[in-house]
Amino acid sequence: MTEIFGIPTQALFGQLLIGLINGSFYALLSLGLAVIFGLLNIINFTHGAQYMLGAFCAYLLLNKTGVGYWWSLLLAPLIVGALGMLIERLMLKRLYKLDHLYGLLLTFGLALVIQGVFRNEYGTSGQPYAMPAELAGGRNLGFMFLPNYRAWVIATSVAVCLGTWFVIEKTKLGSYLRAATENPALVQAFGINVPRMITLTYGFGAALAAFAGVMAAPIYQVNPQMGADLIIVVFAVVVIGGMGSIMGSIVTGFSLGIIEGLTKVFYPEASNTVIFVIMAIVLAVRPAGLFGAQK
Amino acid sequence: MSVLKMAAAVALALGAVSAQAQVSDGVVKIGVLNDMSSLYADVGGPGSVVAAKMAVEDYIKATKSKLKVEILSADHQNKPDVGSQIARQWFDVDHVDAIVDIPNSGVALAVSAVAREKGKANLNTGAASSDLTGKACSPNTVHWLYDTWMLAHGTGSAIVKTGGDTWFFLTSDYAFGHALERDTSEVVKANGGKVLGAVRHPINTQDFSSFLLQAQASKAKVIGLANAGADTTNSIKQAAEFGIVKGGQSLAGLLVFLSDVHALGLQTAQGLIFTETFYWDLNDQTRAWSKRFAAANGGKYPTMDHAGVYAVILHYLKAVEAIKSDDGTKAVAEMKKLPTDDPLFGKGTIRADGRKIHPAYLFEVKKPSESKGAYDYYKLRATIPADQAFRPLKDGGCELVK
Repeated sequence: MTEIFGIPTQALFGQLLIGLINGSFYALLSLGLAVIFGLLNIINFTHGAQYMLGAFCAYLLLNKTGVGYWWSLLLAPLIVGALGMLIERLMLKRLYKLDHLYGLLLTFGLALVIQGVFRNEYGTSGQPYAMPAELAGGRNLGFMFLPNYRAWVIATSVAVCLGTWFVIEKTKLGSYLRAATENPALVQAFGINVPRMITLTYGFGAALAAFAGVMAAPIYQVNPQMGADLIIVVFAVVVIGGMGSIMGSIVTGFSLGIIEGLTKVFYPEASNTVIFVIMAIVLAVRPAGLFGAQK
Repeated sequence: MSVLKMAAAVALALGAVSAQAQVSDGVVKIGVLNDMSSLYADVGGPGSVVAAKMAVEDYIKATKSKLKVEILSADHQNKPDVGSQIARQWFDVDHVDAIVDIPNSGVALAVSAVAREKGKANLNTGAASSDLTGKACSPNTVHWLYDTWMLAHGTGSAIVKTGGDTWFFLTSDYAFGHALERDTSEVVKANGGKVLGAVRHPINTQDFSSFLLQAQASKAKVIGLANAGADTTNSIKQAAEFGIVKGGQSLAGLLVFLSDVHALGLQTAQGLIFTETFYWDLNDQTRAWSKRFAAANGGKYPTMDHAGVYAVILHYLKAVEAIKSDDGTKAVAEMKKLPTDDPLFGKGTIRADGRKIHPAYLFEVKKPSESKGAYDYYKLRATIPADQAFRPLKDGGCELVK
């Protein structure tokens, strides 16, 4: 069997695919962050908590009302998105005139509160969430056993990412949004309700996080800490991709998943630091990130 | 992440203020130091504080003692530097006399060194590394509950004897995982088995698929999980997803707590074999205590760590009462002298190296059809008598053993 650096190529394919799967979560989450930052200029630290809320929504819907995975995939983002809009209306709105740091502090504090409440109620070892029956099992690809659910995660994530990119970069609605960030007063003068658009955008970002949370629920334990562990990595992804760049965060999300996956093979001990090493290098060479425009 | 640092500093400062308010002598102060918020928080966490308070109440009620006892608690965040800093502050500023629990072997070894330097009692129930009573032993340490040698011999040899003779380890990359992998490898080899490889993952990993794929490729019959808490539950859950058990390999959870089985659910956890020194459903006394504990702990049943915290504090208070002093070094010496006797672990002793000796139990997780309801999870497969459960005194390399 052919080998690369002592690893059989077959095994390497498997690891690349795994990296791609983890990359889909990074991409989905960093996409939401990039949308919120790019259009609202808010560094949304609540994103991890919103991801966790999505997973808990799915868990509670299943256990309290018997609503299954597929409906949760629709309902959880709607619920968390609505909560997000409430947060935007009641709190974030008051901070737009201030420095970024205030938004960051508020959302960070909110994340701690939300996680604390759930930790108090559910503990930290997590709740089980069963795989939907339609996606249980898997197939043997020759070089690895691919669970059907993970294939579904990649496909859905790519579709959602590209869809979001298309809406923001290629449609009229997207152009209003982008214009509103550049010059809200002017866009308002054209008769567009800018505050409502901003609220909806924040809600959409939060809904994306919740969507990722529902996707994650059957793979990981539904755990109050699940977002806190991920959010820092996802922030690194956004910084590497370029704050606010939609395509940047999608491409970076997937590629960092792959790089992290390869690290897990060649030097597993470093697998939770490799992303930050890359971030440091990128910041030194290109402070605006790989895809970011220097402002 | 300067914001995170800032938040941590504020949290630490708040903790310090609330602790300082209770400074006084003539009080036995016991600090519960553990992971309150992350992957090991259900194993010990706030439940350990509940157990500690129960121990104090029960002791004073049973003996009509005049001792004044206070319980403090703090979160070491699984960071050795945070843990030893809290220990220093507790000993120097807050006059804490004994620290209990301290899961996470990395933190436990650091705190053990601080306790020794300050002459305070270090009553460990939460950490696993057998080095605490081996090459890193201390006259101030009592290691009450379990250790990696016990886990390795209890679970490892049972599995090798039933045909699982080739192993691959998924190891948590710090003192605990390394010790558990080392001790289990020795058992596997001593019983004629072979270790085919190991992969070291960072503590608190979410996705194990890459590591599981490597384990699958090794073709080992047994995948030994030398990790704990949420790392173990995530490994087991994802191993099922990747068809590892269906493919003919079996999983050995080397350190599994009741909270882990509860989190996994019996459907996923059934058939797992592991060793513990406490289970709530062992006898009438453990059942009665566990019901009281659960009532005070939001309905959650005790893990073996909670039981350990309760029992070690009862014994510590007996020793303090006997010598009429809360001097840490003297109290630990007295704890070793007195035979132990409590409702949860029965009669036992503490050896010169600080190792508490009691029986260990090999459990198997029930099938969903065998369970009568929540927390009815374990079947007893074998009892390992106290004199065989732990590493022989002479083999540990502890300087206190002559």
